Amino acid sequence: MKDRISLYVHIPFCVKKCGYCDFLSGVYDERTQARYVRSLCEEIRFLGAAASGHTVSTVYIGGGTPTWLDLDAMETVLRTLREAFSVSCDAEMTIECNPGTVTADKLQMYRMYGCNRLSIGLQSAKESELRLLGRIHTPERFLHTYDMARKAGFSNINVDLMTGLPGQTLDDLLYTLEYVLRLRPSHISTYALMIEEGTPFFERYGEDVKRREAGEKTLALPDEELEYRLYKMTQYVLEENGYDRYEISNYARQGYACEHNCAYWTRGDYLGLGVGAASLAGKNRGSNVSDLEEYMRRCSLLAERGQEALWQDDAVKKLQADGFVSPFWDGVQTLSRQDEMEEFMFLGLRMNRGVTRRDFEGAFGCRIDGIYGEVLKKLREEEMLVTENGRIFLTERGRDLSNYVLAHFLLGR
Amino acid sequence: MLPEQSRIRNFCIVAHIDHGKSTLADRIIEMTGLLTDREMQAQVLDNMELERERGITIKSQAVRIVYQAKDGQTYTFNLIDTPGHVDFNYEVSRSLAACDGAVLVVDAAQGIEAQTLANVYLALDHDLEVLPVINKIDLPSADPQRVKDEIEDVIGIEAQDAPMISAKTGQNVEEVLEQIVARLPAPQGDPNGKLQALIFDSVYDAYKGVIVFFRVREGTIRPGEQVLMMATGAVAEVVEVGYFGAGQFVPCDELAAGMVGYLTASIKNVKDTRVGDTITHKKDPCDKPLPGYKKVNPMVYCGLYPADGAKYPDLRDALEKLQLNDAALQFEPETSAALGFGFRCGFLGLLHLEIVQERLEREYHLDLVTTAPGVVYRVHKTDQTVIELTNPSNLPDPSEIDYMEEPIVEAEIMVTSEYIGAIMDLCQERRGIYISMEYMEETRALLRYTLPLNEIIYDFFDALKSRSRGYASFDYEMKGYMRSDLVKLDILINKEEVDALSFIVFAQTAYERGRKMCEKLKAEIPRHLFEIPIQAAVGSKIIARETVKAMRKDVLAKCYGGDITRKKKLLEKQKEGKKRMRQVGNVEIPQEAFMSVLKLDED
Repeated sequence: MKDRISLYVHIPFCVKKCGYCDFLSGVYDERTQARYVRSLCEEIRFLGAAASGHTVSTVYIGGGTPTWLDLDAMETVLRTLREAFSVSCDAEMTIECNPGTVTADKLQMYRMYGCNRLSIGLQSAKESELRLLGRIHTPERFLHTYDMARKAGFSNINVDLMTGLPGQTLDDLLYTLEYVLRLRPSHISTYALMIEEGTPFFERYGEDVKRREAGEKTLALPDEELEYRLYKMTQYVLEENGYDRYEISNYARQGYACEHNCAYWTRGDYLGLGVGAASLAGKNRGSNVSDLEEYMRRCSLLAERGQEALWQDDAVKKLQADGFVSPFWDGVQTLSRQDEMEEFMFLGLRMNRGVTRRDFEGAFGCRIDGIYGEVLKKLREEEMLVTENGRIFLTERGRDLSNYVLAHFLLGR
Repeated sequence: MLPEQSRIRNFCIVAHIDHGKSTLADRIIEMTGLLTDREMQAQVLDNMELERERGITIKSQAVRIVYQAKDGQTYTFNLIDTPGHVDFNYEVSRSLAACDGAVLVVDAAQGIEAQTLANVYLALDHDLEVLPVINKIDLPSADPQRVKDEIEDVIGIEAQDAPMISAKTGQNVEEVLEQIVARLPAPQGDPNGKLQALIFDSVYDAYKGVIVFFRVREGTIRPGEQVLMMATGAVAEVVEVGYFGAGQFVPCDELAAGMVGYLTASIKNVKDTRVGDTITHKKDPCDKPLPGYKKVNPMVYCGLYPADGAKYPDLRDALEKLQLNDAALQFEPETSAALGFGFRCGFLGLLHLEIVQERLEREYHLDLVTTAPGVVYRVHKTDQTVIELTNPSNLPDPSEIDYMEEPIVEAEIMVTSEYIGAIMDLCQERRGIYISMEYMEETRALLRYTLPLNEIIYDFFDALKSRSRGYASFDYEMKGYMRSDLVKLDILINKEEVDALSFIVFAQTAYERGRKMCEKLKAEIPRHLFEIPIQAAVGSKIIARETVKAMRKDVLAKCYGGDITRKKKLLEKQKEGKKRMRQVGNVEIPQEAFMSVLKLDED
């Protein structure tokens, strides 16, 4: 692992599960929440010791709804985190938040432990759309939360938005965009609604997705043409208002790009803490077990019988690989040099600034053209990407067709 | 120990599809104790993986069994299983030539069906004694007496004593065995005469080489002897002779007149053994070969191409090996601008095509691209010459064509009276010409139609079944050629003609088929970076058009720490999809698209 690392902390609890959500999260009683916090702190202390000597440059507390956790519980998590890791004094520290789940006290406490960035899940400023999504809040609730956050001293705030909602028109989306732009948040993320298998939305709109993919008329979801216009309008409106689209679905005012996310795209090392959380440690990718009970079992095994016993556990023993491995993972994938090259390209090119020839050479000790010369030539001819002063980055068209472009960088076996 | 000629019975079982032929064969094998229960799997004779899966018999199979009859004597039965589907009549014919009698299985509920008739006529043509058996008497709807009367009325063979059995439960199967002994004739032929043996099948085995299946008519054959294949002139030394155990070959010392068995020999070339040829001794040959079989000509042609061009030699090898025991399969090399090197292959019908295609994919692990099947058209040119057209791309310029003919068949369709109207409508739609209708009994009729073969090769059988709720049965016979108004429909993708997608079509349906073809292709061809017009054309005239819109947006919205592995898999899938594509000009076409024409009537 490199000197500077990132941390992701997962809080899998929600007030209510939204109809489209396929994240590892759900509604749990207070006792489970308390057990989880104890377990999480065990893991934090364990990994903190394992990562001693590394400085944490970004922290992201995501969920679920981390702000739904009561004040004391979250304070325990944050305190444990600060004690176990050496978090850099200028570290970016984000906490995800849903409107209506924070109080002034909570916000102040987050600030006290170094949280300096808040990410608020608004999704839409239209009440009917929020209801359709199964969100717990109203637009007014969001404004109230936003206001409280500013008063508590948060100057770096992200607002999450969704596009392509069932029944959404261009006017609907424009209303939401303008609503948010009046607040001038430092950062805006926009995602096209994905209909994921296993969610209630899949039952409701799965057939519609097929229709859209076939270019046919849809019943509720925006059809292909409208979806494209919604997507393009978002881009134009935000860019016109001074937001830089620094990554495919992320916009920020000058200087406010999310460092934590950039770490993912530049293949920085990161450790995931909490159930299901993913890590990249050197050449190893791993994810914590996604079963809550199994996660907590391993944590209590560690607490009660020590790490020797944890490593001897049947489920943990099979985790064998060179380099860093966590006993909370459910598997480990050791990346080959080729895997790393592929990731370097398909992650790096998601960012506006793209990748540089020098960084590629620095990482792999060979020239990028030796590996991707032909692909780059083809994509340049198709006007999907540009090479300029040693930098390689996608054109607007390339970003619109990023799946098509990025698939070219897989080298195959 | 060798069986005495008078105690040998060579017979086959014939039936309409699903009347229980293979089940009866299983019971007979089981009851004569050839197999232990453990060895007994359902449908022993259908040992090709594909046959079991589809529940049909494709290749003829033979097995030798021993039966202790009630007269105290021990009899040797050579049972030869035959396919029931109309596509495989040729295989039936080959099997029959090795037999002296036939057991005719008729379903006690359904009675005589179209293929029952077709198979009985084949058996009678071969001078076989036919022994009727009424099966499935355990069904609630069984009406054995009606079926017996029907057999006597329609076929004209005595049926009142026919065993009434349930092959499924084994009930009365013993009686079938007794009647085989009593009513079917023993083989004739002099074991000391000049050798005359008819090849009815052959297979290729990686260890033994070519294995030839034959029936000895006259004389005796032993290992070590020099034999001559009379048609090919090939000479070989017999290495081994033997008979058919269940699923295995059992060597023996000799095979004499009346017996059925196999031989392996120093046969180098698979082409040296031709099914239907006569084997005799090189030293003391017989005077003339046995009549052999009626040669069949393929009726349906399509192009088969290896998905990976480098596998072309493998495809040729595989086709040669399949042809060894599937004489009806024909092939010759061809090239396509879109698909590269491949073969134009001829088949007896669409099922035959599918079976060959699946065998090539499963048994020879070949990944194939198949072009739309078509029939053999006769093109009469203005210079008075006639060409037989198997590949639409070879159609001469219209200015050189005087007129064209297409093959027609005479179809016999047996149907219960309530569906007569629906079936007549179907035949009408398929350009059928009504010949006659006869009532077999009050509620069932036999319809006769002349139909263009082209109209029945794709999905006629399915349509027939669905419009009669499964009650219609169907058989057909080639009836020659008929002048017809035909045109070649070309498909242009991104303004380029794709030869492998052309097909010949009845002029009046060209517009509709062209339109449907464009719609199908639009659904099959993925978006590209540019717009792709798909056009159907007759000559230089565009008759239909669809457009595959250009891809404008294809974005993975989020990509954070937790889903990098998943996102990579999605990209991999996208890339993988491209591998199954064929590049035509600058358009990538999925392999499945070349079969689109088959699916035109699906909706």
